[in-house]
Amino acid sequence: MEFGIFQLIILSIFVNNFVLSRFLGVCPYMGVSKQLDSAIGMGMAVTFVMTIASLVTWLLFTFFLAPTYESVFYVVFHTPVDHIPDLTFLRTIVFILVIASLVQFIEMYIQKVSPTLYKALGIYLPLITTNCAILGVAVLNIDMFFVDGLPVHNSFINTLVQAFASGIGFTLVLVLMAGIREKLELANVPKPFRGLPIAFIVAGLMSIAFLGFAGMNVQ
Amino acid sequence: MSLAAEFVKGIYKENPVFRLALGLCPTLAVSTSINNAIGMGAATTFVLVSSNVMVSLLMVLFAKVLSEEGQKSVNKIRIPVFIVVIASFVTIVEMVMSAYFPALSESLGIFIPLIVVNCIILGRAEGFASKNPVLPSILDGIGMGIGFTLALSAIALMREFLGSGQIFGNLILGESYKPVLLMILPPGAFLVIGLYLGALNWLDSRKK
Repeated sequence: MEFGIFQLIILSIFVNNFVLSRFLGVCPYMGVSKQLDSAIGMGMAVTFVMTIASLVTWLLFTFFLAPTYESVFYVVFHTPVDHIPDLTFLRTIVFILVIASLVQFIEMYIQKVSPTLYKALGIYLPLITTNCAILGVAVLNIDMFFVDGLPVHNSFINTLVQAFASGIGFTLVLVLMAGIREKLELANVPKPFRGLPIAFIVAGLMSIAFLGFAGMNVQ
Repeated sequence: MSLAAEFVKGIYKENPVFRLALGLCPTLAVSTSINNAIGMGAATTFVLVSSNVMVSLLMVLFAKVLSEEGQKSVNKIRIPVFIVVIASFVTIVEMVMSAYFPALSESLGIFIPLIVVNCIILGRAEGFASKNPVLPSILDGIGMGIGFTLALSAIALMREFLGSGQIFGNLILGESYKPVLLMILPPGAFLVIGLYLGALNWLDSRKK
């Protein structure tokens, strides 16, 4: 399937919103949406890590795991064509390790280069390693923009666009949710529903609203 | 705590989904039908039990073999070690599923590799298996796995029943029932889990 860039942005932010329609990153969505400030920080951190993680995992998949003519085994070690190893089954292990170490590196790098940015994002970065949105977008990119291990047309650009736009979509709903929950503190909610249960119901209503975007024609 | 108690606690008292609010992403995503829910529950339980055993064994081994100094340095990198163990078992599940249950594998899709980042599994490995011997770890894994599967099935039952009038793919409510399509769609998952959590809180408050 071919995607235009604009189409992909709209799809990732609204139609296939990461939280409300794909159910990725629900834990931070419920956990970090109590205050507006922290929601913005978390959203930015997730968008940032998602984009970089997608970039790195795409490169790894194309050049190491997939049995293509770009594979390092073919280019560097001159393995015969029919002996290029197909390592795509290692995807899960490799991706999660890369993401875990990447988050560590990003944390160290930001701390050194920009203390202000570190102050804003720092505390959220360790939480991100086990956030399924990051591994989710990496796996999703492979599922969508590779066919039988071969990158499709514009695979690389599409990957970056989808990762960044999905992060923006995540930030959007996180910030919306935080706004609602700050007001919800003052509302007279029935006692058993206070806290998490009402947050889920609010999320359900938000999801219904976002369902409306599914009717959008973005061809 | 007795062995039986280790097993039972995951099912209701410390149910990973309803009590600890862990592993929400797969819970919401695959609870569209009971078949999916049970498939996901079984896959997660397998990974949970295997990784609990492995982590517990590794920790016992490290304690026997390594010096105090060595144990300290292993302790620093234990989380990445756990993640690799879990990821290996998830890869096994991925391959077995796509070979023997292609339809299930298709409908669970991206959520099979994402078992790696299910916080229940890493949580149990770090919080329980790394501090306990093998047998309690196995029981803890099975108990938590069953608790997760039950929670998933409870949500799936409600969604499938209201959303399509079916249970296990059998039509229960008859032709005249007009399905509430919303329940099968994403909003249904949020609404059902929110109502369940509220109902459980209400039950708890009545008991006291």
